[in-house]
Amino acid sequence: MSKPSKFLTRRRILEAGAAVAALPIAAPFIVKARGESPVKIGFIDPFSGTYAALGGYELNGARMALTEINAKGGILGRSVEIIPEDSAADVGKATVKFHKLVEQDKVDFISGSVSSAVSLALSHAANLKGILYLDTGGHVDTVTGQHCHWTTFKICSDTWMLANAITKTLVTKFGKRWYISTPDYAWGHFLEAGFASLLKQNGGTLLGNALMPLGSTDFSSVLIKVQAAKPEVFIVLQGGDDFVNLMKQATQFGMTKKMAFGYGLVEFENLVALPQPARTGWGVMEWWWQQPKNLHAAAFVAKYRKLYAKTPSARSWFGYVAMHSIAMGAAKAKSLESIKVARAIEGMALPPELALGPYPISYRAQDHQLLITEFVGEVNGTGKYPDFFEVKETIPGTKLAKSPAAKGCKITYPA
Amino acid sequence: MTGRLARSLILWVLLLLVPFWLPMVGGYTALASRILVYALCAMGLNLLLGFTGMMSFGQAAYFGLGGYGAGLVLVHLSGSSWLAVLAGTVLGGAAAFLLGPVVMRRRGIYFAMITVAVGQIFFFVAERWDSLTGGEDGLTGFSRQPLHFGGYVLPLSDVPFYYFVLFFFALAAGVMALVLRSPLGHSFVAIRENRRRAAFLGIHVERYVWAAFAFAGLIGGLAGALNALQNNFVSPENLYWVESGNFVIIAVLGGMRSFWGPLIGSIIFIGIQDYVSSLFPNNWESLIGVLFIIVVLFFPNGILGIIRRRAGLA
Amino acid sequence: MELVLFDAFNGLIQGTFYALMALGLSLIISLNSVINFAHGGFMVIGAYLAFTLAPYIGFWGALFAGPILAGLLGILVERVLVRRLYGRADPIYSLLLTFGLALIIENSVRSIWGAQGQPFRIPAGLDSPVSSVYFFLTGYRVFVMAAIALAAASLFAFLRFSRFGLRIRAGILDLETVSALGVNVYLLRAVNFAIGIALAGFAGVLAAGVLQLSPTMGNDVIMATFVAIVVGGIGSLLGSVLGGLIIGLAAGVTAAYYPVASDVVIYVIMAFVLIVRPRGLLGQEGLFE
Repeated sequence: MSKPSKFLTRRRILEAGAAVAALPIAAPFIVKARGESPVKIGFIDPFSGTYAALGGYELNGARMALTEINAKGGILGRSVEIIPEDSAADVGKATVKFHKLVEQDKVDFISGSVSSAVSLALSHAANLKGILYLDTGGHVDTVTGQHCHWTTFKICSDTWMLANAITKTLVTKFGKRWYISTPDYAWGHFLEAGFASLLKQNGGTLLGNALMPLGSTDFSSVLIKVQAAKPEVFIVLQGGDDFVNLMKQATQFGMTKKMAFGYGLVEFENLVALPQPARTGWGVMEWWWQQPKNLHAAAFVAKYRKLYAKTPSARSWFGYVAMHSIAMGAAKAKSLESIKVARAIEGMALPPELALGPYPISYRAQDHQLLITEFVGEVNGTGKYPDFFEVKETIPGTKLAKSPAAKGCKITYPA
Repeated sequence: MTGRLARSLILWVLLLLVPFWLPMVGGYTALASRILVYALCAMGLNLLLGFTGMMSFGQAAYFGLGGYGAGLVLVHLSGSSWLAVLAGTVLGGAAAFLLGPVVMRRRGIYFAMITVAVGQIFFFVAERWDSLTGGEDGLTGFSRQPLHFGGYVLPLSDVPFYYFVLFFFALAAGVMALVLRSPLGHSFVAIRENRRRAAFLGIHVERYVWAAFAFAGLIGGLAGALNALQNNFVSPENLYWVESGNFVIIAVLGGMRSFWGPLIGSIIFIGIQDYVSSLFPNNWESLIGVLFIIVVLFFPNGILGIIRRRAGLA
Repeated sequence: MELVLFDAFNGLIQGTFYALMALGLSLIISLNSVINFAHGGFMVIGAYLAFTLAPYIGFWGALFAGPILAGLLGILVERVLVRRLYGRADPIYSLLLTFGLALIIENSVRSIWGAQGQPFRIPAGLDSPVSSVYFFLTGYRVFVMAAIALAAASLFAFLRFSRFGLRIRAGILDLETVSALGVNVYLLRAVNFAIGIALAGFAGVLAAGVLQLSPTMGNDVIMATFVAIVVGGIGSLLGSVLGGLIIGLAAGVTAAYYPVASDVVIYVIMAFVLIVRPRGLLGQEGLFE
């Protein structure tokens, strides 16, 4: 057992080396920081299994932020390091990794997660330990709703924001007779409920809702039912692999030519995986790289591409925002204590070079939800990588989100 | 005999002192608890796999049932961690006991497949019964509760929880060791060595397979309950056949012919995997895969098998 | 009623896919006595090879090249690793070894091609339904069924009429005697393993037309494949095909009446078969007990 720990120190040295490599840009600050131990951020995300691609994008964004933070002198004059841990989107593994990061690595903050279940688990565990947790991409509503904690901040949007952003567009553009396909787990149920009630408010009819287990591969039975119901709009709430499988099959069934397709959440990673004929429909992006009028966004995209030879996705931005939020919060609080940093992040607005969108965004104090801008638009069926989406409308999150009280969140700090 | 006694003394001392020495070599207590939980479940499985010679591929079902049993008690009934563990153990054991007659007649790969079938049916029930189990999202909304000893309250934070797990581990290991030394245990081995001969000798083979299966389920339920308390969460994945495969691998890796084999297997499968995945977040699977292949090709009796052989030669 | 027929037919189409996977796995179990948990991994390799080659040699070229290359990789794996298991009676070692192999394959595919799913395009002509009433009958699905039927028929013809194929069949029945008669059983087993892997690779290319091409796409197929084999009867190739079709059909029909149970029904069928007729529909008594 002594061998791995030897490796561990070697890796530390390597990472310290990487931090030193960022030296030339801001040498004076680093020199001051030398000798003190770095600020550590544990980053728990899936790097293996089904969600590996999404976890990879988040980590890339986080790492990019890290070099920027260190170049500007780190946090409170100390350099910052990320310790990435693979959760494989498994709660058991993630929980153990959390303890490893807190007890062994003595990290100051925790971030990450793609899977909703892991987000919930990390949120609770972090609360028990009184350590700040920034949920990058686990979308589950209850993290900033019923189960909100003073320790948890969430960057990605909740289901109501997504459904609210696009329902009106779909109704006015394509019609009021809808069919919904829902992945059978909490996030899917929330999203479906949101769409269903908004559709009703807009005077529409829901012809049916097909629940499919998470991880389904064959969607023919649902598609057969939908085809028979002849809706004007087919709402697909599946994400990840399920989304790609469903879209491939629906396209071959010729359905994309017969009805409009609408999505709650569109992810760049999924569009990349779709063959051209299946790239169609309308949906919501939580961030989009193509913002011609926004110079900050352009600079971010250029820098990311240079580093990783890929175009950043919303998830890259989530990771990026998480790291910078921690750094800003700590600077504002002049402390690394989670409780002080949490107070500092409450209500904190992101500067334009971090918001990277058309509207100012901030962390809502009452539920710790970052009220991000939603990018409503159409999937670009003819574009080449990375031109897969065309933004038609941007809506500020403040106009979309439910009130914290309606979400059932009441944050209490320890006395 | 004295050598053996000395070895097990060393083992127990090491286990007792884990919170003191593990952090010094770069480990942490929560990992040790997880290793023990998986080792315990695999030891239960090994009663079937290694000692009775029946390849069960459905151990996760009882592990998961134990988890749901414990979790549901904490959510709905009582705030007692003891009761939660008891409920999980009983649920896992009872399910295996009731299903024994369904599986006990099959042998070899057919036994493996019928245990898979039963396990998968449990998995799908857990996944779809949203109102009871939380479905795909898993069972949440509970956390392990402090223990009450008279007037003294012990919160189950990391180190106390390790001792809580170790207590049950020791208890179960003791019972399993006793069983294996009893006539019942000797019958298990007789069935493994030669099923037909055992039958000729008047051993009711199927009844003993049933007993081993129920016992394995009982231990699996106990381990599952402890796992639920560790994570404060139960997921249908805990019952999935992949998890069953993990327990088989833990047993084979450590050495399924030996009593402590699964513990060694768990240290490798859970412990080493945890280390390796921290060091190489992107390549750990290949390294673990290579390790499996090396074990099969060069150490067919598992890691403990080599240690044994070395010791025998010396 | 019409919907039920649609779903039943749809299930049969799924069934042909399970049948193809089961056929390859069954060959390997029967002659190599190895329970190959990496079968799904080889399926993924076949798909990715085809994806990489398609821009150069087209879909049709890749449809053949992918499986053949996967088969060649299979020979390598057999020569280096799998053959070392042949002396061991307990099939559990093959489980551990091939499980390790599956981990390595998934990780390698992710390292080489990335974790990100890849867009795999099928020829435009196959991309739409052949009939507007029976819209679920897409060009691609008709093609997949025909391709699988052709592959299965060729395999059975090869096993029945070619000298090598006859030796494989004889070897499945009694390897020792075949060896005593002077047949090179090492070659026999290596080629057999490669054929099984090539069939998995072929299944992978076909699957990539309807499923996301990602490193994990093979993970969930493997257990359904085992179920198909057990239902059809271990040791019987024809049984594997039958088993695949039956579980596909059952899942399809259940999806129409009681969608929640469409996944579990195949395990219920397997449990039933194992209780009532453990050797499966066409299997021999006593194999792998």
